[in-house]
Amino acid sequence: MDGSKRSFLKRIAGLLAASGLAAVGPRGSEAVELPDVPPWMKTPGTGMREYGAPASYESKVTRTLIRSQPGTTGSGASRTPLEALDGIVTPSGLHFERHHSGVPDIDPAQHRLLVHGLVKRPVIFTVDALLRYPMVSRIHFLECSGNSQLLYQPAPPTVTVGQTHGLVSCSEWTGVPLRLLLEEAGVDPAAKWILAEGADAAAMSRSIPMAKAMDDALLAFFQNGERLRPENGYPVRLFLPGWEGNMSVKWLRRLKVVPAPIMTKDETSRYTDLQADGKSLMFTYPMEVKSVITRPSHGTRLPGAGLHQISGIAWSGNGTIRRVEVSADGGKTWTEAPLTAPVLPRALTRFRLPWKWDGGATVLKSRAIDDTGAVQPERAAFIAEHGHNAIFHFHAIQAWSVAANGEVKHVYA
Amino acid sequence: MSTRDLATAVAALVLAGCAGVGGPAARALETPNLGKEATPAQIAGWDISVGPDGVGLPSGRGTAAVGAMVYEQKCQACHGAKGAGQPNDRLVGGQGTLASKAPVRTVGSYWPYATTVFDYVRRAMPYAQPQSLTDDETYAVTAYLLSLNGIIGDHDEMNAQTLPKVKMPNQASFIMMYPGRRP
Repeated sequence: MDGSKRSFLKRIAGLLAASGLAAVGPRGSEAVELPDVPPWMKTPGTGMREYGAPASYESKVTRTLIRSQPGTTGSGASRTPLEALDGIVTPSGLHFERHHSGVPDIDPAQHRLLVHGLVKRPVIFTVDALLRYPMVSRIHFLECSGNSQLLYQPAPPTVTVGQTHGLVSCSEWTGVPLRLLLEEAGVDPAAKWILAEGADAAAMSRSIPMAKAMDDALLAFFQNGERLRPENGYPVRLFLPGWEGNMSVKWLRRLKVVPAPIMTKDETSRYTDLQADGKSLMFTYPMEVKSVITRPSHGTRLPGAGLHQISGIAWSGNGTIRRVEVSADGGKTWTEAPLTAPVLPRALTRFRLPWKWDGGATVLKSRAIDDTGAVQPERAAFIAEHGHNAIFHFHAIQAWSVAANGEVKHVYA
Repeated sequence: MSTRDLATAVAALVLAGCAGVGGPAARALETPNLGKEATPAQIAGWDISVGPDGVGLPSGRGTAAVGAMVYEQKCQACHGAKGAGQPNDRLVGGQGTLASKAPVRTVGSYWPYATTVFDYVRRAMPYAQPQSLTDDETYAVTAYLLSLNGIIGDHDEMNAQTLPKVKMPNQASFIMMYPGRRP
């Protein structure tokens, strides 16, 4: 052990002793109360099962549902419990949901994808046919542009980080580059847009720029190694890396090559950003550079002063996270937080930083910078620019206050 | 497949990749070309999108007077009398509120294109029975909502020619951020 490590351990030991924690440490009493041989070592465990599930002790780790309007049970959203997860991949069963008319129960044998419009040859594909096409796998986040919309409100919402930021998830998506199907149909070079339509009861539709479709758009069939979950678009969805989630049309059934945007309900009346002056931003596609500390976060309590691990996620729809900085003094000073590999473009990126809390009240923040040089803004500056009336594309810095008693709360600071 | 065929396919893939975009010949080798040609009748049955230029609007017609009857039967339970809202989204009013502290976004105050009303009602409404309205009913309900918002007259007929010409009051307030601009 080198000298610096030893002195570091000494400091920690000193801290523990000074706070009195070492004297009441639980280990000694546990050794007395716990049996030498716990019950699960005295009898064989259960057998194998066909499809696994989380430990029963983790049953509270669930998506949080957002209440639907009356009579529209299938319309609404559910959020990923970010505070309970670590790493960068979201379990498929905890991936956020956003539906506009429920989750359709689609028989893949009867599902078809039509590619038509300004093409040489309009074509229909079966799912089985599409599964024979060359596939790629990519790890990407998907974020609903309405994520963190509660933070436009004048007062900080007193809910978990999953409830404020959980409309972002990250998966490995496997599928066919959309470009291949468009080339097979023979796209008219003058065509600049594609209308993408889902097979749900809302026939949810969005206009997609041809440049994105020919660049990195995927027809995804697999999520985290298994076929898509119904709520994520089974049997096939569009996936547009880095762009607002609504455009990655689920249950994809039709692609119409068109000269100009169709101006669907969702791209005009819904996913547009009303500014304080009454103007609205339209076609704000990439999700901007963003980060949030997931541990500790609102609603948790630090058990005492001393060493704690700060853990959080950062992402940018415009590229790769270059750096994340953490402040433990409300933004006065910043420390670069190490990024955990892999650091991938348009994917959640995990940052972790040990933090020695002195037991005093303070504020934690994280700030992400991507490889385009974009810096996550402070909330005050963001609101000054965009106002309180917008709903979408909130990406400002998130602050957590830590009280002397260890309570962590959402604050605007 | 012989090993030699496999090698040929891989070589074609590599060539296509090296060429960047790849010519049609290289691409033909890269995918199995399993798309079946769609007939005009198949496409007509599926294609329900309507652009702001009116492309895609079917034949048919409707006025606000007829639309009021359709609305009362099929829309009012969710959207309230005369589009006033409750229990679900409000569809009428709100003009002049968008720059205030309590903006009210409705078809009349916010939506930039009248064709979107037809497109959305036809594909997604009524919520429990989407794609159940006739084209005439859809034109009529569209006319009713536009008329309630004071955008067209009570007796103006909406059809494939007139609907794309309707100018929505908030259209000029939208700023296109693609391509080239970021917020």
